Amino acid sequence: MDFSSSPVNRGLSPQDKIDFYRTMVRIRRFEHLALGQYQKDKMGGFLHLYIGQESVAVGAVSLMGEHDHVITAYRDHGHALAVGMIMDECMAELFGKVTGCSKGKGGSMHFFAPDKNFWGGHGIVAGQTPLGLGLGYALKYQGLPGCALCFLGDGAINQGVFHESLNIASLFEIPVVYIIENNGYSMGTSQTRSSAYRDCLAQRAEAYNMAWDLVNGEDLYEVRAKTHIAMERARKEHRPSLLEIQTYRYYGHSVADANADKYRTPEEIGRYKTYHDPIRLWERRLIEEGHLTAEEAKALEKEATKETAKAIKFAESSLPPTVDDILHDVYWEVDEDTEAGNTGRHFFND
Amino acid sequence: MRELLYRHALREALDEELAHDENVVLLGEEVAEYNGAYKVTEGLWDKWGSKRVVDTPISEAGFIGMGVGASMLGVRPVMELMFWSFHSVAFDQLVNNAGCVRYMAGGKINVPIVVRGPANGGTNVGATHSHCPEGLFAAFPGLKVCAPATPADAKGLMKSAIRDNDPVFIMENTKLYGNMGEVPDVGEGDFLIPLGKAEVKREGSDISLIAHGRSVLHCLEAAETLKKDHNISAEVLDLRSIRPLDQEAIIESVVKTNRAVLVDESKPFNGVSSQIATLIQEHAFDHLDAPVKRVCSIDAPAIYSHHVEDEQLPNARRVVEQVLSIA
Repeated sequence: MDFSSSPVNRGLSPQDKIDFYRTMVRIRRFEHLALGQYQKDKMGGFLHLYIGQESVAVGAVSLMGEHDHVITAYRDHGHALAVGMIMDECMAELFGKVTGCSKGKGGSMHFFAPDKNFWGGHGIVAGQTPLGLGLGYALKYQGLPGCALCFLGDGAINQGVFHESLNIASLFEIPVVYIIENNGYSMGTSQTRSSAYRDCLAQRAEAYNMAWDLVNGEDLYEVRAKTHIAMERARKEHRPSLLEIQTYRYYGHSVADANADKYRTPEEIGRYKTYHDPIRLWERRLIEEGHLTAEEAKALEKEATKETAKAIKFAESSLPPTVDDILHDVYWEVDEDTEAGNTGRHFFND
Repeated sequence: MRELLYRHALREALDEELAHDENVVLLGEEVAEYNGAYKVTEGLWDKWGSKRVVDTPISEAGFIGMGVGASMLGVRPVMELMFWSFHSVAFDQLVNNAGCVRYMAGGKINVPIVVRGPANGGTNVGATHSHCPEGLFAAFPGLKVCAPATPADAKGLMKSAIRDNDPVFIMENTKLYGNMGEVPDVGEGDFLIPLGKAEVKREGSDISLIAHGRSVLHCLEAAETLKKDHNISAEVLDLRSIRPLDQEAIIESVVKTNRAVLVDESKPFNGVSSQIATLIQEHAFDHLDAPVKRVCSIDAPAIYSHHVEDEQLPNARRVVEQVLSIA
């Protein structure tokens, strides 16, 4: 089915479509080059790459208005760049520098930009699902006409708190859209080995009297069309939805996933790269529609590479946090030097 | 001064804060139409309606996480755990989300929530319903913890907690809900007790009894016995707030009396009293005339049997015995 003419896509300008392409390419270049820096030991911890899934975050986030909010799990670089965070602060965060978006206190899994309605970046599988519910609850409580987008992976749907959240979302009529980014694997365990289901995962919404839909994530038009319907349902009817967007990650669960090529065949990965890559498909689409030439696509990619290189330089030349910085950003009242923050002992180091 | 029940002092605090700030909302199991499992929220749903006082399903992780998320956008949820013992099913939300999100966001977020409910043993409900997790949660930087012993403290700390811009966990006590105590008249203005301020509940010169929550009452009873039967003048210091902690008051009292018995309903291993003991030895070592002693719950899961549960918990007799061992 062709979703290019669905209501939310009909009004897109050529520039809008090129911007989606640019954002997807920027995400991919950012992550490719971040991976290189990881391998050079420039950062610690985990690095969960989003490569292969770019159309999901870019498509959904492109629908957000002033009062819409978004939250996701630990594979968060794509969502961060999609909401407009700049590469410098993101790369610096990976490098553990004080110029990072979380001052070097969060790392790869914990990017935040509340000023862009982006509430993280959460490391515990499904831990963010009631937070997303809370964002929607607050919008409704305050009478604001927005909704919350809460992303999660296919592995998160087997956590209890996800089900608690769905039940409350439906029961309380909360304007929230849960988006399962189903990349087929919860770390090294395939969907069929981890989840009981009949036709698809999103069908579980039926148990909570909640609308659901299945989305082909490789098609940006489809992501936008179906997510838009769910967002309108949330904004206008205060009814939540559960979307399952089928997608694929080319790299391991994280860079530390030593078996990334063992629990799936090289043929499977190759098939996705060749036939289902969301960026190549979008590029082809824009060329067909006459909005983009192969040369322009190349130029945009080059631009993204340059931007990432600059971000690496920025991260490299930034200072790390100091030991004194460790004790900041724990308590608001302490940081703000209020009377409450100055009453009693808050820290116990000596 | 008028007297109020501990539960009514809490209710008055909640009622006043609902009036004070339209972003305050009460959430929890049975807090609205049922009027509260322990009647702390009685009448508030009738008065404030379903938007401000909300019954939740039995989904502690779900509704506490929801409150944390809502607080990031400016709502100020006050959430009841019917028992603090149920913290374990919401632990990820309480610790990782309420306690760590500000830090991981580099200070871009704050979480102005209150989680409240009873945290005590002594009601013959067995181990799963008798936990005292104040020390556990105070061990996580980012969280604040209070344990009021009297109706006045319950009201004053609750109001401060709701106005605080960080997550505050209030540990109440089902054995205290029915206690009467003096609480300043509403006409005297907002009654706020700052977090991080201990209070000397009884002056003394020979030994410091340092406690929080219901243990404070055991200390007061023990102090009376010590005076009458042993001519020992015991000072009773009520911590009220566990984190932030009034270290100054602790050290000041020990410097004055040179002896301390710490009374703490949690278990001895890593209880609140463990932290107080280490602070005393670090900051008042030269003033001590005897080892610091503790009275905690006997170190096993809470027993059901009403024949012995009170003996597992701190009580006045056990406090007196411990004092006499060093006085």
